[in-house]
Formats: sequence, structure tokens, C-alpha cells
Amino acid sequence: MDALLSVRNLSVTFDVAKPGAWPWTPPRKLHAVSEVSFDLKPGECLGIVGESGSGKSTLARAIVGTIPSSGGNIFFEGADLANMDTRERRVHRRDVQMIFQDPLAALNPRMTVGEIIAEPLITHEPNTPRAEVKKRVGVLMERVGLLPNLINRYPHEFSGGQCQRIGIARALILKPKLIICDEPVSALDVSVQAQVINLLMELQRDMGLSMIFIAHDLSVVKHISDRTLVLYLGRVMELANSRKLTTLPEHPYTQALIASVPIPDPVLERARPRPVLEGELPSPLSPPSGCVFRTRCPKAQASCADARPVLEDIGSDHLVACPFHEAEHVLAVGS
Amino acid sequence: MSLLEIEDLKVTFTTADGDVNAVNGVSFHIDKGETLAIVGESGSGKSQTAFATMGLLARNGRATGKARFDGQDLLQMSQREFNAIRSKDIAMIFQDPMTSLNPYLKVSDQMAEVLMLHKGIGKSQAVSESAQMLDAVRIPDARARITMYPHEFSGGMRQRIMIAMSLLCQPRLLIADEPTTALDVTVQAQIMQLLGDIRQDFGTAVILITHDLGVVAGFCDRTLVMYGGQVMEEGSTDDIFATPAHPYTSGLLRAVPRLDREMGELMTIAGEPPDMSNLPTGCPFSPRCAVSLDHCRNQRPAMETTGNRRRACHLPASEVV
Amino acid sequence: MMLPNRAAVEGIAENMQLADVKGRSLWADARTRFLRNRAAVISLIMLCAVAGFALFGGLVAQYEGDFVNFSLIGSNAYLGVPSIETGHYFGTDSNGRDLFARTVQGTGISLMVGVVGALVAVIVGTLYGATAGYYGGRIDGIMMRIVDVLMSIPFMFVLILMLVIFGRSIFMLFLGIGLISWLDMARIARGQTLTIKNKEFVEVAVATGVRPIRIILRHIVPNLLGIVIVYATLLVPNMIIFESFISFLGLGVQEPATSLGALINEGSRTMQFGYYWQIAFPLFFFVITIFAFFFVGDGLRDALDPKDR
Repeated sequence: MDALLSVRNLSVTFDVAKPGAWPWTPPRKLHAVSEVSFDLKPGECLGIVGESGSGKSTLARAIVGTIPSSGGNIFFEGADLANMDTRERRVHRRDVQMIFQDPLAALNPRMTVGEIIAEPLITHEPNTPRAEVKKRVGVLMERVGLLPNLINRYPHEFSGGQCQRIGIARALILKPKLIICDEPVSALDVSVQAQVINLLMELQRDMGLSMIFIAHDLSVVKHISDRTLVLYLGRVMELANSRKLTTLPEHPYTQALIASVPIPDPVLERARPRPVLEGELPSPLSPPSGCVFRTRCPKAQASCADARPVLEDIGSDHLVACPFHEAEHVLAVGS
Repeated sequence: MSLLEIEDLKVTFTTADGDVNAVNGVSFHIDKGETLAIVGESGSGKSQTAFATMGLLARNGRATGKARFDGQDLLQMSQREFNAIRSKDIAMIFQDPMTSLNPYLKVSDQMAEVLMLHKGIGKSQAVSESAQMLDAVRIPDARARITMYPHEFSGGMRQRIMIAMSLLCQPRLLIADEPTTALDVTVQAQIMQLLGDIRQDFGTAVILITHDLGVVAGFCDRTLVMYGGQVMEEGSTDDIFATPAHPYTSGLLRAVPRLDREMGELMTIAGEPPDMSNLPTGCPFSPRCAVSLDHCRNQRPAMETTGNRRRACHLPASEVV
Repeated sequence: MMLPNRAAVEGIAENMQLADVKGRSLWADARTRFLRNRAAVISLIMLCAVAGFALFGGLVAQYEGDFVNFSLIGSNAYLGVPSIETGHYFGTDSNGRDLFARTVQGTGISLMVGVVGALVAVIVGTLYGATAGYYGGRIDGIMMRIVDVLMSIPFMFVLILMLVIFGRSIFMLFLGIGLISWLDMARIARGQTLTIKNKEFVEVAVATGVRPIRIILRHIVPNLLGIVIVYATLLVPNMIIFESFISFLGLGVQEPATSLGALINEGSRTMQFGYYWQIAFPLFFFVITIFAFFFVGDGLRDALDPKDR
């Protein structure tokens, strides 16, 4: 099947001025995302996990087009979003929508819920009659579990979970083909997270949406996504079927990540070996040579410093960027 | 004898829109060297319980009830008496370490100040003891880095500094309020392991306040579940997770996706976290409870104790699934 | 699957006539908070009274402001005193003109100078600052350097030169005040825009394809307005003081028109002869207006930004 979205060697760099530098000295480059490639099929959900500083939010913003990419291509239905002029790009924006982490911050506090949800519609179909707009907003509010008669309320009158529903409704009003969710549940209370996760999964299934789901919580990503991509310091470490990735991870970083995720079961939790990953993320201003993970990798060898490991397919669509990869049961899988 | 015993703690905030009861009659105890988890969502009153115990309530808040630490009632203490106990006998660490680290002071100065105040030792000795403590929380190259400023450390390192600082006077009780919420999982694992080691090495009792059930499972002896400013249930962590006896606990456990299991569709708890200024007179969870009975809304369930477990629910424990 | 609120939604869908619930905007919240602030409300009432005095005082006055009562010249001390019987409620000035009528006129002009100055500041300054802040980069650099350059010009000197060269007129005064008043506002608006522009709701708008002009007008300016309004209310008295100063120097409003500053200027000259009312009445209105604006501005700040109390 043809991919809806093909990201090829996408890189995003930021200029960082050296402290005390002159205006004309060339700034240092911060590599937030380096040579990331993946495909997304129609109706598929791809999860992206990584720690803070792994570049997962930057990747999302580059695809949505709020941050310019500095190299590579983003093919959306064959058209390269990364190398388009602003006008052309604006037409394509209706097909890719985004849902944000902080539900309240993503809503303009001076606009009513109705105005917020309708904005994409008014932007792309400015000739829609007002009654039609209101009707469509109402239908959508009902669809995401909000009472349509709250249309004139303001964001601050809603709870976090409800605000996230408003954000979801806004993202859906243009019937986009791709939704990018950047940590959509991590700011919500535990009991409300499940509501939003279920809603997203249901909407994705019913509307045939493709979805990129970004989170730092591997349990949530695994639950919602078909495939999962693991990012570390802006590079892809591993990409595989979510179930396979969590049960039989190949990359040492994925293994360490899974080992760090606590499981709400005291008996299992006590029995788990805990190889704690030492240290912290190196600075993206001066990433390690060779494999970026080698400075913390328990399996690192001298050769890791020499060359960047290539992302190789080890069969059944399982991609790993580690020459010493080895499948390992990190979790004792319960019932 | 318990180290800390909280009895019928109530915390009320006076606001322009009327009084808000953040904590509504909470009782619990913690023994020497024990770990207790207080689990709850936003608005459960878990943090305010800790703040009241530490005498750190905001100015418009007041606490009633009893909080006996070593036989002394903390709630009756003057600020002066409290200051003597704080950080010497009870210490607290917060979600955001920067709230309690002064960005304009070197780490060495901040840590030494605590020691000089409580132990009355000289500055150079205080700094060297502080460096030892930083070493103990595994900050690499502690002796050199102690003269750095807080912002020069990463989030995980700052939390380690906070922990080191809170342990300087070897307190008997450490209250950790969401210590790892702002951190990545790999760093969270490091910090939780550190807290576990510290508890073993120093015999410090720890109250861990969190919303993350996974963290609780790996760390705590006992668990207390709070909702709407009240205790829903309490018991050993194993029991609570294996056989939750309150609909809220069981709902929470089934609402989080697990890495080790295929969950199908997640069970949800309907509705939104409680509005503290407008709680029902009965059980605070009743508006969201899937199995609530007619009288749940108006009649507050009594705390029933069986063995080492307590629960507050009108529904018999056997019927909670 | 059952959505948590689905049951409720369905229940309500049955009687779809259900009226839309009216939301409480942040403005409504701010109004409630403002009305709780006694000092601010009293000041607002006083301001309304002063404005009413300036607008309708002319109807009460028994004389025209430029009517010279020659019979009174030279006998100010006993005939020009404030009195109800003669119809000179505030007395007369040293030229035998009715001070009441002149105070009405002076208050009006002073208020107008203040309000026009503030309006120019709000409209030009906000849009200029928001545009500079939103686009950022080189555009921002150029726009803000222009502001810096304008600010570095010794303004009082230029204004006095302008008034001397082009003649002293109210229009020139307005032009001069308008030219500077927006500079500070532009800086404030730009600073705020830099924060607002990084909020996620602006990013959403960009990602959706909303055009920059609409983003500035719909998303940025309404969120700036709180601080802009507060600053504007504090700017009005500054403008009034400024105008008074110019008038006090004798360069501002020209006879027979007058402003509070000009009246105070005149009054101060005759104070030594015991004609206290000639300074007292204009000064009273001047002080009341300035104080009221400051209190209202303070109240607005508390109301619009409750975190900052």
C-alpha cells in the first residue's frame, strides 16, 4: 500500500548563538532531528517515544510545518511539504492537524469554544454560511463528548480533559487525513487520560485517520499505536511493531527504556531486574561521534565511536540502528 | 510507636469565592523507616496534606486536627519551633527542585547554610560534609561541582541536589512530593533507586506523594489512596494492587495502560476530577462512581478497618471488582 | 464503546431546544473583580463626573468662556470672588472672564489631550509592537530600532521647536503628543507579543494555515489588550501633565482657548494677591482627574491580571 506520509532523511537544526559572540560569527548548530526516515500508511498510528531532548516534538512540528526543516523531504500524498512555498504549503495545512500537550495553553483564552473549533473551517472555507458552521461545530462537540450548548463558553470554564476534547474537535473539523498528537495526555489526570486515549482511538478507527502519537510514556504509546519509533538525540534507534518492540526490543536503548518504565504491579515490579541507565542525555550541541547512544550504552564497544550505525531492516519491518543488536526479554509478560 | 501520626486533618483555604476544603478529615500514620505512598489526582488534597504537616500552607490556608511527630503536635507549633524541626527531623522534596533552590547562590553555600544552622559547625566543615552528601546521591565529581549554581545542573541532577540537601541533617522522615514527575523515565528510575538506597542506608521513613501507580508499586510498603480531600482506602501496597477494595482504586488501576499486557480498551472513570469548592456531602467520588448507591451522594461512608486495611465505601468490599 | 459523557449528551439531545449556555469571558471576570475594588470604582465615578462636568458644564455656566466682563477688571478681589449670585460660580480670572466656563473648557481640552494621546498610543503602538514582535527577526530589528531612534530624540526640545516654527495650535500639540505617546506602548506590546507568540494556541493557528494578519488581530492583540488598557489609563494622566507643562510654559493651548495647565499657570501668577480661587478650582479638577486615572489604572491592572496582585 502506498504511504500517506513519507519522511526521508529529515533534519532540523537550530542556530544557537555562542555566549558573548559577535553578531557576525557563525552560530553553532543544534541538531534537534537528524536524518529521520519513516513511512506512515493511511489509517495507521505511529508512536514516537523518546526522552525530553530527543527531538520528538521538533519532528512533529517540522511535519506540521511550524518549524522549518533544514534538510530532507516530507512527502505527503506525493507532494514534498518540506520544500514548498508558503502559499502552496497553506493549502496542504488542512490535511495535517495537530493536538497539543497543554490543553489550556493551546486554546486562545479570549475566544469562545465555538470560535476556536470553527477557526480552521473559517480559514479554509471562508464562504461557509454561519448557520452551517455552527451546526458542524455542534455535531463535532457532541462527537468528542462535549455538550453542544456550551458553544459560547470560554476555555477557562472547562477542565483539562474537556479542553483537550475541544482541541481534538478543532483538529477534526476539516476532516484531515493526518493528526499529529504531541503528548496529548501527559498533562491530564490519570483518570481522565483513559477517556482521551479511548476517544482518540475511536475517532482514528471511525474516521480512518492516520495518526502520529508522540509521548514519553512508552505504555501509552504501545497501547495506542501500531508501530513505534524510538528516538534518541534526534536519531531513530529502532522502529518496529509496537507489540514486538515492547516484548522483544533489539536496541540497547529501547531495552533500557523499557526496563525503566515502572509497572503498576508490586509483585512483578520487585522481581524485575533494574539495570539503571547511567548518566543523562549528552548535549545536542556536541553529540558523540559514531553512535549517539554509545556514551550511556551498556554494550558499547570501541568501534561504536567510529561510524554512525545504519538503520537496518532485520526482517518483518523491524528496523534497528545498532550493529550489536540482540533481542532481549526485558519484561516478564503477564496475562 | 509511629513516627508521624495524622489525625482528622482538615485544611481549609479562604478565597474570595468562599472557603475551599482541600483536606477533609484525613488520618494516617507512618512508622520508623517505613515507606508510605499517598496516591491521588489533582484536587485529591495529597499535597496539601503534606504542606500542612510541614507547616508550609499558603497564607490563606489553615489546618485543624492533629499531626503528632514523636509525640509533639506539629499543628500547635510556632514558626520558630517548626523551623527547628524542619529539615532536621522532617525534610521535604518537591516536584520542581528550582522552587527550593536559590538560583543566585552556589550549591555549596545553600547546603552549608543548612548544616551551619542546625548542627552549628564551621563553614569549611559544612561544605566538605555537603560534598560527601552529594557524593552519596551519586553526583559525579561532587567536590568540584558543589561550587556551581543550580541552573548549571540538569533536571535530574537538581533533584539529586535537593535530595542531598534534605538528607544533610539525616531527618527521620522525608516527604517527597511528586519527586520524579518532571523527569524522564530513565532518570526517574535512577532517582527512585537512589531513594530506595537512602532509605536502607539511613533508615529514613519516606512519604511518597504521587499520581503514578507504577512508581508506588516498586517503592512503597503501604499505600493510601486519596480523592477529594479524603482517604478512600489504605493497605499494604501488595493488597491494594492485588485486591483493590474501593471502586476508585480499582478504576484507577484499570485506567492506565500497561507495558506488560495487552489491555484492549481502557476502562475509564467517567467525569472530571472533583471541584473542591463544590463537593457532594456524601462520598466525594460518588458523582463519578460506576457502582454508586442511592445514599452515596448524601451520606459520607464511615472508615471501616479490617486487619491492616481501611476503606471508606458503602459498597461491601466483596462487591468491588 | 461508551464515551463517558455520551449518555449525558444523548439525554440532552432529546430536547435539542436547550438554550446555548452563555460563557463568562475573561473580560466579564475582570469586570467583577474591578467592581469589587472600591477605590477604583469611586475613582471611575469621579472620572465620569469630571467628564460630565467638561461636557455639560457649559449649559450651567452663566457666561461664555471668552466673554470679558469689563466691569470686573481691576476689582477681582471683591467683585470676582466665587459667588452664586453673580453667576460666577468659580469667580473670574484676572481678565474678568468667568472662571467656571473656562474651567469647563480647560478640563475638556485636557481630557481630550489625554485621551487622544492614549488612543494614538493604543492603536498605533499596539499594532506596531504586535507586528514587530510577531514577525521577529530582521523586521523586528528594523522596526524596533526606528522606535529607539525616535525615543532618543530630546522630545521636549523638538516639540517646543515645532510649536515655535509652525505656530502654537492645538493641532500641533496633538500631533506632537501623538508622535511620542505610542513609542513606549510599542515596546510594551512587542515584549508581550514575544511571550504570546510562543503560546501553543498561536502555533495551532499557524499550523492550521491562518494568515498572519488574522493571527495578529484575532490571537495576539486581544491577549495584549489587558496590559495595553492598563498602560493606557496610566498614560492619560501623563499626557495631561505633559500638556499642562507645555501650557505652563506658555507654548500649549492659546488664548482664548485654555486648558487646566494654562489656567493653573495664570492662577499661580495671581496667587500672591490672594485670588486663591483662580488656582484652586483648576488645580482641584487637575488633581482629581490625575488621581482618578491612576486609581482606575491600578484597579484595572488588578482586575485584568489577578495573578499579579
